[in-house]
Amino acid sequence: MYPIEILVGKPGSSMDNKTGSWRSDKKPKFLQKECIACNMCFVICPEGCIAGNGPNTYTVDYDYCKGCGLCAYVCPKKDIVMIDEGEEL
Amino acid sequence: MAGVVADPKNHLMASGHTACAGCGQAIASRIVVNAAGKNTIISNATGCLEVFTTKAPQTAWRVAWIHSLFENAAAVASGIEGALRYLGKLDNINVIAQGGDGGTADIGMGSLSGMLERGHDVLYVCYDNEAYMNTGIQRSGLTPLDCNTTTSPVGKRSYGNPRPKKPLLEIAVAHNISYAATASVAWPADIEKKVKKALSYKGPKFIQIHVPCPLGWRFDSSLTLEVAKLAVETGLYPLVEYENGTLIGVRKIKPKPVEDYLKLQGRYRHLLKSPEALEEVRKVAQANIERYNLSVG
Repeated sequence: MYPIEILVGKPGSSMDNKTGSWRSDKKPKFLQKECIACNMCFVICPEGCIAGNGPNTYTVDYDYCKGCGLCAYVCPKKDIVMIDEGEEL
Repeated sequence: MAGVVADPKNHLMASGHTACAGCGQAIASRIVVNAAGKNTIISNATGCLEVFTTKAPQTAWRVAWIHSLFENAAAVASGIEGALRYLGKLDNINVIAQGGDGGTADIGMGSLSGMLERGHDVLYVCYDNEAYMNTGIQRSGLTPLDCNTTTSPVGKRSYGNPRPKKPLLEIAVAHNISYAATASVAWPADIEKKVKKALSYKGPKFIQIHVPCPLGWRFDSSLTLEVAKLAVETGLYPLVEYENGTLIGVRKIKPKPVEDYLKLQGRYRHLLKSPEALEEVRKVAQANIERYNLSVG
């Protein structure tokens, strides 16, 4: 049996899973040129791993990004592009 | 939502959960919990959401969260609400029950109906991905007509699921609850607005959110929002709002052909080859458009 402190998980402890290792094909690149800080990528990222504060500051945490491509889809300025996993940023 | 500092630490559902890439439910559930705020207790039904957010001993949640069984999310939430009412803490704490379409419309239907009928001050959120995705894409009561699932396979004598989608929102509205609405993950600000609005009402309220599933519906993970948007814009998933049993708002659309929505998804591929089945789906969209007067102008 699990002791009670394991049954009651530590808030946000899923951060221990570095799900970025799931990425196999593409990864997003934040160009930081046309960004208007609309926050759409931050809101729709299924992993919740995009951060930023003001125009042209947004970045993604590759430790968690699964490479779904939704940030690139939703960006109204096309300032996020999907590049091959092996390509340099 | 623009103008807010985008800090992942403020998300009440953390990174590192194990949802598939491009998961619509992961997007919607984070928007819901962020809109509700940290003074929230969530009762979660069994399903994808429960499994991918709480890989024991870890949890993605930064709010109080409990999972008991598949069928009793609404009953557990009712109990939590009762306890908070007894303690006099109900004014400061939101109680949310949530589950997928199977946990809500099939397995948890009885406890949901009970919760709505007894008048508990709880928001129930149903994440509708239109089949039992967690166990391998079996048909549920919310699977739409002519949809290919592993238990309603397409073949010489079958176009897939032979039954129309269960009118879950209407069933909730029939309980005469204060607020009921449908939403779609393609409009995140609309979800946020509806959750905040729902929580401003006393008593039971219900929100059903359309959340495309890249794996189960067979489309590329970068198309989740596009697919969700087209479901609404073709009339197949009307976005409506009810207050005390009265329709108070719909999202108007310029109806697009249903093929635009169907052709993106592997689960509907067979329909594009069979005009009569396609006509049936077109009729579903047309009926929605007429019923809710969805067309612009």
